[in-house]
This record gives sequence, C-alpha cells and structure tokens, in this order.
Amino acid sequence: MTAEATAGTVVRTQPQIKSELMKSRVAAAMWFLVPMLVALAIVAGWPLLRTIYFSLTNTSLNDLYGGDFVGFKNYLSWTTLKSGRTVFSGLLVDPAWWNAVGNTLRFAVISVTLETVIGMIVALVLNAEFKGRGIVRAAILIPWAIPTIVSAKMWSWMLNDQFGIINDLFLSLGIISQKVAWTATADTAMTAVLIVDIWKTTPFMALLILAGLQMVPKDVYEAAKIDGVHPVKVFFKVTLPLVRPAVMVAVIFRLLDAMRIFDLIYVLTPNSKATKTMSVISRENLFDFDKFAYGSAQSTLLFLMIAVMTGLYIWLGKVRFDGGDR
Amino acid sequence: MKMKSLMLGLLMSVSAVATVQAADLQIVLGDTGTGLQFLQGQVERYMAANPEDKVTIVPMPSSTSDQFGQYKLWLAAGNTDIDVYTTDVIWAPQLADHLTDLTEATKDIIGGYFPAIVESQTANGKLVALPSFTDAPALYYRKDLLEKYGKSVPKTWDELAATAKEIQDGERAAGNKDMWGFVWQGNAYEGLTCDALEWVKSSGGGQIVEPDGTISINNEKAAAAIDRAKGWVGTISPEGVLAYGEEESRGVWQLGNAVFMRNWPYAYGLGNGADSAVKDKFDVTTLPVGAEGDAPAATLGGWNLAVSKYSPDQDAAIRLVKFLSSPEEQKLRAIEQTNLPTLVATYDDPDVAAKAPIIPLWKDVFLNAVPRPSGPTGLKYNEVSSLFWSAVHDTLSGNGTGAENLELLEAKLTELKGDAW
Amino acid sequence: MTMDLWAITKRVAFYALVLFIVVVAVFPFYYAILTSFKSGTDLFRVSYWPTSFSLDNYVAVLNVGDFPRNVLNSIFVASVTVLLALFLAVTASFALSRVRFRGRGLILMTILGVSMFPQIAVLAGLFEVIRFLGIYNTPWALIFSYTIFTLPFTVWVLTTFMRDLPIEIEEAAIVDGATPWVIITRVFMPLMWPALVTTGLLAFIGAWNEFLFALTFTSSNATRTVPVAIALLSGGTQHEIPWGAIMAASVIVTVPLVILVLVFQRKIISGLTAGGVKG
Repeated sequence: MTAEATAGTVVRTQPQIKSELMKSRVAAAMWFLVPMLVALAIVAGWPLLRTIYFSLTNTSLNDLYGGDFVGFKNYLSWTTLKSGRTVFSGLLVDPAWWNAVGNTLRFAVISVTLETVIGMIVALVLNAEFKGRGIVRAAILIPWAIPTIVSAKMWSWMLNDQFGIINDLFLSLGIISQKVAWTATADTAMTAVLIVDIWKTTPFMALLILAGLQMVPKDVYEAAKIDGVHPVKVFFKVTLPLVRPAVMVAVIFRLLDAMRIFDLIYVLTPNSKATKTMSVISRENLFDFDKFAYGSAQSTLLFLMIAVMTGLYIWLGKVRFDGGDR
Repeated sequence: MKMKSLMLGLLMSVSAVATVQAADLQIVLGDTGTGLQFLQGQVERYMAANPEDKVTIVPMPSSTSDQFGQYKLWLAAGNTDIDVYTTDVIWAPQLADHLTDLTEATKDIIGGYFPAIVESQTANGKLVALPSFTDAPALYYRKDLLEKYGKSVPKTWDELAATAKEIQDGERAAGNKDMWGFVWQGNAYEGLTCDALEWVKSSGGGQIVEPDGTISINNEKAAAAIDRAKGWVGTISPEGVLAYGEEESRGVWQLGNAVFMRNWPYAYGLGNGADSAVKDKFDVTTLPVGAEGDAPAATLGGWNLAVSKYSPDQDAAIRLVKFLSSPEEQKLRAIEQTNLPTLVATYDDPDVAAKAPIIPLWKDVFLNAVPRPSGPTGLKYNEVSSLFWSAVHDTLSGNGTGAENLELLEAKLTELKGDAW
Repeated sequence: MTMDLWAITKRVAFYALVLFIVVVAVFPFYYAILTSFKSGTDLFRVSYWPTSFSLDNYVAVLNVGDFPRNVLNSIFVASVTVLLALFLAVTASFALSRVRFRGRGLILMTILGVSMFPQIAVLAGLFEVIRFLGIYNTPWALIFSYTIFTLPFTVWVLTTFMRDLPIEIEEAAIVDGATPWVIITRVFMPLMWPALVTTGLLAFIGAWNEFLFALTFTSSNATRTVPVAIALLSGGTQHEIPWGAIMAASVIVTVPLVILVLVFQRKIISGLTAGGVKG
C-alpha cells in the first residue's frame, strides 16, 4: 500500500519537475533569442519593409521621399483602349524580367546541383586520411577566399579570347580548334559564368559537408567495415543519411545565394541578355535607370519567389524544424 | 530686394574681412593612378593658396557605373559628407536636381570655355558642373603597315574595311596568325553607344535623339551604318570584339596585332611606352565617314566638377571647383596628363604645343565631337543608351538586321519617352 | 599480388584525384601570382611559368592610398562580425534546437527570410538606418550591416548541428544542475568545434570579401576595407586596368586567409572522433 502510494507520488512529481525545468528552459531560450531577433529586426526589418513600400509607389531615386502610393501598378496595370482592347503593362508582363527569371533559375539549378555533387566528392576526399591533408584543405579554400570582384576580374582576364590563358590551354590540349570568345557570345556566356561560380563556391559546399562528415561518429564506419559492407553501400546507407541535415542546410544557403547572384555576373558579363539575372536587372532599374520603384518591385518579387521556392524545398526535402523530442 | 542684396554684400564683405570660414572639403574622384596623383598636386596647390581650407580626396572605383549608382544614392539621401563630385559628361542632367547652380559664380569666366561643353553641363538653364577636361576618340593607325602596303589613311569606313582586310590577310600570310584589321569596343555597354553613335552620325544618320527631343534613330542611313559594322565582326575584327571594352582593344593593338583601332587619347601615351610593340609605329587621325562629303564624328567624353547642394560649405566648394578648372591648372593638366582642355585658349598655348604636341593634334578630332543625347533625354538617358546599345549589339551578333532592330528600338524609345522626355 | 596491385591502383587513383582537385582550385590563383610579377605589355602575353620577376606591383599596392590600413580595417571588421555572429548564433541556436516551444519553425523561417532579399535592394533602406544610428563611415556600419548575411547563416548551420547532438550528454548535465548557459559553454561548445570553426571561417571570408556595403557605407580611405581598396587600384590612366596590381593585391589579401585556414584546420577536423560521444 505504502509502497504503491510512494510510487504514485513519484509518478506524479516527475512530470512536475520536468515541466518546471521545461519552463525555466523556455524562459532561458527566450532570453537567448531576443538579442539575435532584435539585431535582425533593425538591420533587416526596416530595409526590407522600405523596399516593399517603395515597390508600391512611384518613387524615383532622384527624389527618394517624394513618391506617391500607386498600389500594384509596378507589378501589373492595364488600360482599356477605345477600341475595347486591353493593354497590360508592369513587371508581370515584362519580357525582360521573365528572361532574367529564366536565366536565374537555370543558373541556380545547374550551379547548385553541380556544386553539391562536386562538393560532396571533395569533402569525402578531404575526410580520408592522407599525407598533406592540411595543405590540401587550405588550398581548396583558396577559390572561396578570393574576393568575388577580384576573382570575377581574374577570370574575365583568363577567359579573354585573344590573350586569355584558357583559350591557349584548351587549344594546346586540343579541346577547342579555334579561339573562343567566351563572354561575348550568348551560347558560351552562361557556361563561362557557371564555370567560374562552380570553381568559386564548391569549397563552401565541401567545407560544410566536411563539417557534417566530421560529426559522424567514426565507430559507425568501423562497424560497417567489420561487417564487410561495400564502401559505395556504406556511403548511400550510412554516410548520406547522417550528413543529410548538413547538406540540406548548405544547399538552402547556396540556393539563396545563387538565386540572388549579382557581383560575378555584374563584373563578367554585365549586359549580356543570356546571363542577366534578377538581381542584375533590378540593380539596373534601381540605380542606372530612373526606375527606383520598378527595381524595388523586382526585388520584392524575387524575394517572394525565393520564399516560395525555399518553402517548397523545405517541405519536399522534409527538413526538420522541430529538433525532435527535446 | 535691394536691401537684401546690400545686406548680403555686407555680410560677405564682413566675413571676407574677418577670417574666411574654415572649410573642410571632401572631393570624390573616380579617376585613376596618375589622374589621382595629379589631383593631389592640385589640391596641395589649392591649400597653399587657401590655407584656411582643408581638402580631402575620396577616391572611387574606376567603374563609372559603380560611381554613378553610388553618387545617386548619396545625393538622394542628402549626404553632407561629400562637397564636390567629379562627374561624367553624361551625368549632368541626371544629377542636376542635387547640384548647385554655378551660373552666377562663373559668369565672368564661362565665356572662355567651349560653348558645346558648357551646353552639355547645363540642365534646365542651370550650369551644374564646371568642365575640367574633355575627351574624344580617334582612329589609331599603323603608319608602318600602311606604308608597307602602299595605302593611304582611310577617309571612309569602307576604305578602312578594305585596307584592313588587305593588310590583315597579307600579314597573316606572312606568318602573324593573330593579326586583325580593326579593333574597337563592341561589348554591350556605354562604350558601344559611343562607337555606334560615331558610325551613325558620320553616315548622316542623326544622333539617336535630336537636341529637340525627336527620336531620329530609325532611318536607312543609321541601319546601313550598323549593318556595315556587323560586316566587320569575324572578318576584320575578331568575334570577341563583341565583348571588348577599351582595354581589350588596346591589348590587341599594343601587341602589334591590329592595323586600326578606335580608342580614346589615353592609348596614345601607353602605345608609345617602352615595352609596346607599336612604339613609334602609329599615328592618329579623325574617325572615317560614311561617304565622301559626310562630316566625321567623335563622341564627346570628359569630366566635370560639380558642387553638391547638400554641402555645408558652398562658397569654399565653389572656390575649389573654380580653382581646379582655372586656365593655369588646365594648362598643367594638358602638359602633365595630356588631358584635353576645355578652355579654347589653352589649345593655342605655345607651352602646351611644345610639351604635349598631341593636344593641338587632337583639336581637329575634338572639333568634330558629337554629344550623346544625355541633354534631351534627361533622367532617362541611361535607359535610352542601354536600349540603343542592346539594339546595336543584337545586330552585331546577328540577331536581326539593323533595320529590324532600329524599328523595334524606335518603338521602345517612343514608349519610354511618353508625352515628353 | 593482385590484391596489392589493386591497392596500389586505388592509391594512385586517389592521389590523382587529390592532385586534380588541387590543380583546378589553385591554378587561377597561381596564374594571378604569375601575373602579379608582370608589367606593361607583358601582361597581354600568355605564359605558364614565371618569365619575369618583379615586386613592383606589390610595392605599388602597398604604397597606394592606405592599403595596410585597409587590411587592418578588414581584419577588425571581419573578426568582430564573426565573434558577434557566433555569440548571437550559439545562444539562439541552443534555444532553437534544444528547447521545445511553439513558433520555432516560424522563427527559423523568418531568419531565413532575411537572406532572401537581394543585397542591392536593401541598400537604400540600410543606408537610412545607418545614418540614423550615426555610424556612417565607421567600421561599425559594416559590422552592423554584415550581420544581415552572417547571422542567418550561422544560426541555421549551428541549429542543424546542435540538434543532432545526442540528448544523453545534455541530460547528464541537467541532472548535475547545470544552467542552459553552462550547458552551452561547457558541454556543447567543445563538441561543436568543427561546426563553429567552419561557420566562423565561412562567415569571416564572407565579411572579408564583401564589397557593395563596404563601398556604400564608408567614404574615406581610412575606413575602407580591402575589396574596396582593390577596386580603387587603377592604372596610370583612365580606361587602363592595372591587372598586375590587382593580382598583387588579391595575393596579399588571400594569403592571410590561407594561413587562417592552416591554423584552424585541425579544429575543423577534430571534434567528434571515435568514442568522443557515444549515443
């Protein structure tokens, strides 16, 4: 009886302790989150709202505070002519914009896919033990370490048709039969941009995946090795599931960056229709042309597209938010 | 009114008698290397003459489109940190609302400047920038090669193409596989607007948008001029010319791999550098014309000095601007920098002729200068230029003929213009 | 025998792969170094091996404007940015990964949302905020604005890594009466070194290389950072691009990062080794 009663109280108090603990943990968590959220609200909140507001006005950069509210006119507006025909105008029917959307999507999908695959290979190589691993690891980070504006210029020099080393190298290796004007023609401009971007950002991928690989306990591999499982099978059945969260996050951030790609293209092929991306075209409208509000609308739409895409990716990729039962 | 000006005069004289208000001036400059050094020297001379002012130079990246975006943002936000801006010849109408009107302050000296340049810096009747130096491109040609093949300096574009082809083929047969006839700026950027404006204007095809605001670009002569240039790509000019800016063309030229080049004066000094393959082998002349009887055209470039409306030290800033563009400084600039002066008298200065013989040589080139339509199109100029160079670049790349693309361009420009520029 | 041959082939293939990766990664940098020793018309001639050796470009870079000062600025800005981001992110990611409360997903998505706006578009608004705070033309303007891209990234990556740490080690600490702060600093941080160093390094490089904000939010040579300084390098005359000097400058700014990686690379790799943590 007593024993049962005692057992009963224990059973009853356990959740109480737990919930008190939970309460204090949640309180601590709030305090931990506040500084970060405040920082982001100031640094990002105002500028973002400002841009969205500008996109609903006819503001000109010539007179930043003199714009009038025009609703969604920058996005879509229409007038009905006397003949009864309706003419649409605005961002949603702007062929230049949709061309940029196409370029951006093509660039993002191809570059992120290739960077993930190559990054994974590089990470696996770096995860193996071999002599001079430290040097190799540092060497691989070099492309990421060179400022983009410099590496873009460097590559534009190397890709030059007359005195670029790439043409010289490919000619002597027999890969091409005559000098190619890489950044000049529409067919090769995108390829050139992709080559440079993959060269530059694969180290980012590789390093993040490597960090993930390093967090995988070694005994998992040892167990698999003892069981004589084929390495390829180990990779797909053991390694990949374990590094998946790291890869997913790395891909998200690469995707966000790729969708917003700007400086590389701005330096390498600034005005080529074949490579003009959403960010490049919105810079043009924001600063070069007198269409600040229109550029803000493009930025806002880009933001919305990325948000939808990321949402889909997280949903389809089943990226966990909750952190399990903790 | 009288009372007010009297008071103002009194106030001015009082402040002049008392120590002049000490000013801390910031001047932004997008110019490069020796240009920057030269300005440093100028600023030191200014501070020696005006010891109460302190001037700091804020250098900017040499990309003019980076500078433009930056200045526009700074001015839009009313940045008080920058007092004096150095501005490209095409920016005046676009930045005019934020710049101080210099008409009053310069009325006694403005008569000495070339009227065309002053006109380019005047927006809505306000003189918004004082011309510091001007720029105009020329045709560079290889004297030695023309002599070797017994050719004269081409007068028309077709002559140029024929001569270029003959010499290029001859030199290639003689072993120089990398030889090209003519290099220029074909990348889709402001430089192409300059190049193409020259082809069109020198063929009697107008200047895209006329000074009165009429869109004139869709005409047969303009289309023919651009189609003619299309014919050069891949024959006398490398395919890669479609991605060339000034530096890429100079690279080919300076390796001795081109017969002709269209470029700005800066390539003259560099081409005569000790390590240049074309040292003492070339000369410059005015750009060719479409047909006998047409007038040659060279796009007007150049840099100017503007005072920000938001500068707290207006008087000192204007004083600095006037100093930097004064006859003595322009003369020094001509001699040391071989920059083309904006004052008429400096071209005939014997010292300049003796120490920088290229300057009087360039006077002919410069007298044919044609402005880009930045005046009539105002705030929309950049977009006009972008539409124009895109249409030209499309034609050069083989996407449609000149006539087709110019017709399309006219429609786009008309839409952009709306009721008025 | 055949086994040995197979093993050797595998080894050779592996090293060939390593060599290939290194060559591709380093070659453009190597070419930059080659170019940085050249000058004049030589720049336009292709060569694979050093043909001339001159330090003129390096001397020129170090004497132009305030380059050494700009390097110091960059080091300061990037270091403070990383420390700030890591501090804010470690605590925040503990809250987001180890504590259960409503709205976690929403917060994470909001943080991510910050990274979805093109940098170029927030320029005008951010400029207003910075002028309002009175930090225009100071290093703080950059440190402040860089959190816009370092913070979301560090929070997300650290949250992901922290979530996967076994619950048992935390429970043991809770039983000992440890506060969340102690759990973070004493229990998690030592286990998180690879993730911390990696994210720190990537954030450092991000801040080190940033150009657009650095150009817009500073207006004097004394406060500018290295990427802007490089963009300011210029040839003797207008239109002339000083390839040699640009390459020299990029070599100068890349070397410290390579050294940084070499110093920290052991940390990237240590962390959870066999038996370190058993679930």
